[in-house]
Amino acid sequence: MTDPANRMRTGAQILWEALHREGVEVVFGYPGGAIMPAYDALLESPVKHVLVRHEQGAAHMADGYARASGKVGVAVATSGPGATNLVTGIATAMLDSVPIVCITGQVSSRVIGTDAFQETDITGVTLPITKHNYLVTHVDQIAPTIREAFYVARSGRPGPVLVDITKDAQQAKMEPVYSDAPVRLRGYRPDHRAPREDLARAAAMIDAAKRPVILAGHGIVKAEASALLAEFVAKTGIPVASTLLGLGGFPASHDLALGMMGMHGEAWVNKAIQEADLLVALGMRFDDRVTGNLETYAVNAKKIHCELDPAEINKNVRVDLALVGDVKDTLASLLTLTTKTVRHGWLDRIGSLKGDSAVRDIQQMPHDQDRLFAAHVMHDLWRITEGKALVVSDVGQHQMWEAQYYKHDYPRKLITSGGLGTMGFALPAAIGARFAMPDEEIWVVVGDGGFQMTACELSTAAQEGIKLNIAIINNGYLGMVRQWQQFFYDGRYSATPLRSPDFVKLAEAHGLTGLRVTKRDEVESVVAQARATPGVVVIDFRVEQEDSVYPMVPAGADLHDMIRRPSPIVETAADE
Amino acid sequence: MSQSRLRTFIAYVEDLPGVLNRVTSLFRRRSYNIGSLTVGRTHEAGVSRMTIVMEADDDDARRIEANLYKLVNVLRVDDTTKRATVARELALIKVRADAASRPSVMQVCEVFRARVIDVGPEALICEITGTADKIDGLVDVLLPFGVVEMVRTGAVAMVRSAEARGRDSDLPQAPPGASDAAA
Repeated sequence: MTDPANRMRTGAQILWEALHREGVEVVFGYPGGAIMPAYDALLESPVKHVLVRHEQGAAHMADGYARASGKVGVAVATSGPGATNLVTGIATAMLDSVPIVCITGQVSSRVIGTDAFQETDITGVTLPITKHNYLVTHVDQIAPTIREAFYVARSGRPGPVLVDITKDAQQAKMEPVYSDAPVRLRGYRPDHRAPREDLARAAAMIDAAKRPVILAGHGIVKAEASALLAEFVAKTGIPVASTLLGLGGFPASHDLALGMMGMHGEAWVNKAIQEADLLVALGMRFDDRVTGNLETYAVNAKKIHCELDPAEINKNVRVDLALVGDVKDTLASLLTLTTKTVRHGWLDRIGSLKGDSAVRDIQQMPHDQDRLFAAHVMHDLWRITEGKALVVSDVGQHQMWEAQYYKHDYPRKLITSGGLGTMGFALPAAIGARFAMPDEEIWVVVGDGGFQMTACELSTAAQEGIKLNIAIINNGYLGMVRQWQQFFYDGRYSATPLRSPDFVKLAEAHGLTGLRVTKRDEVESVVAQARATPGVVVIDFRVEQEDSVYPMVPAGADLHDMIRRPSPIVETAADE
Repeated sequence: MSQSRLRTFIAYVEDLPGVLNRVTSLFRRRSYNIGSLTVGRTHEAGVSRMTIVMEADDDDARRIEANLYKLVNVLRVDDTTKRATVARELALIKVRADAASRPSVMQVCEVFRARVIDVGPEALICEITGTADKIDGLVDVLLPFGVVEMVRTGAVAMVRSAEARGRDSDLPQAPPGASDAAA
């Protein structure tokens, strides 16, 4: 028997043991005063720590790790500024329902409320942007709270959870008690199942539909329901439109894959939605970027909404039938209840709508030697990597070009900030994804603006010695805002021209590889060189400066009312 | 789209620090304006009860309920609007009343079954319990005398059947959404 004194552990030691017991292998963080006890105990823990350069990066890395792996990502920060720097990353995870747990140090419980050095009420600050949060002031709460936090983060509709632990709780000692029992909370019931009669009703509506469209969202990816969706589509013959975060949930190369819907969706996809008589929404939430004007959105379609979160039902779009439950369970039921159907007329109609499309644009764009279009870069990257890379995109024009031209056939192969639209997300998220997927080919696709928001994390990647390829789509503007200024503000470019450092030299300053591409003919060889080079490779793609993303549904406009690529860049005979 | 009307929600929540803040933050964030909110302990240890009165249409009401359920510390939510409910509010009203007007003021209080609980040379304080309508009615009549100040508690409400609360408060009902979406 060991001496009871030898069984005593500090709160900090208990914290790492509790994290280890939740299966945590790596955390992303930054030390500081109020979290120092935890960092001291880290030295004896099997958990790996990645030192970030800014706490926002830690939250995004935890997020990227979670999205790539399906597991819970963990970020660690100190009190005050360390904790507040996490906020953007937490909000990003909240809007995209990503399970992360953020551990923050807090000043000692006896000085809470006194405006002590580096004291911030971070549970108050993050209240509306976390699924739940905790303030832990006693050592005996640490292990049970960590267990509960992981359960809340990953169960039901996932989301970020913050655990704020006072310094004295980290320092205090106790004989630790760990529970392996399932967590049971008094009020929290995250799981729902649609009633059988509603499932039968949905199946009847699906069987009766003449012009149905499936709207596949992030929920398909999160619920690991891709294979089931493919089966369901094979049986019902219904074409699939995807949200941005749903891309890859259904293979882009499938005959019945329409592509992305919404503001920068393909013209035919939006038109098909507007002509549909039934929309089967699977794990998506009718975001305003997807619907356009709600008054004119799919007015002829009945709508079935399969969604895990009851609070999403009838939030933006009134639906005829809601199936609240895990989309995988719902699909499994619908698969057995529906009958095999072929809808030649509808598929022919959609085929005829394809006359005008983004894919045609790419063939029409001039391919002279002196110009480089971002669309070509994305298309070539897709071709060279055979569509198999894990792409982490940032926010803006390049994000839309990536979504349009990099055809994702597999789930969890596109990681991007959809709901919050967080610039600066891509590089740290990709670093996180790298720790989840050590062997995958990973490409960061990022604009010159977004890259500079978190470029400090290049240093993190260099220190960790990981392999990443970074494609900077460099057009010298904050491109998406410039595009809106061009379309909606009379071309008055307010604060969008952007001067950047020499990205090649910046990479080299970090001891990394920097390359530059200015012509389309160079894309293939430089991409090949990047893939063959160990470590981080930054490619500065100098693309057309004032190109725009087409088609575009202006914010709040009707979904079928799209701005098309103007001539003379494109001369498509089939255009209206 | 149904009409907006006054609704009363009863929420059972864990009696923990910060829970009231979580509930009010939800209403603020989703841009719902609370008419009144009362909170107090229940007979059950660790469980508090909130009565929330606010304007909402049917869709809003369903979403508010669903959003309340998403709060980890919320145990159960009842939208009592369509059920037989008793609701009561308490108000203290200080009315200007000198020797000349005092008998008239006290007569009004008597008619409304308000109790006079303090009398001074210049003013008196009356206490009234009842529905919001009844209190409004008294205030209307007292205004010409000169209302110096008034405080109202906001409504507390209770459903009128024996099983209203359910047998097991640890097992909340399933949140709304599934079968009644098209209702």
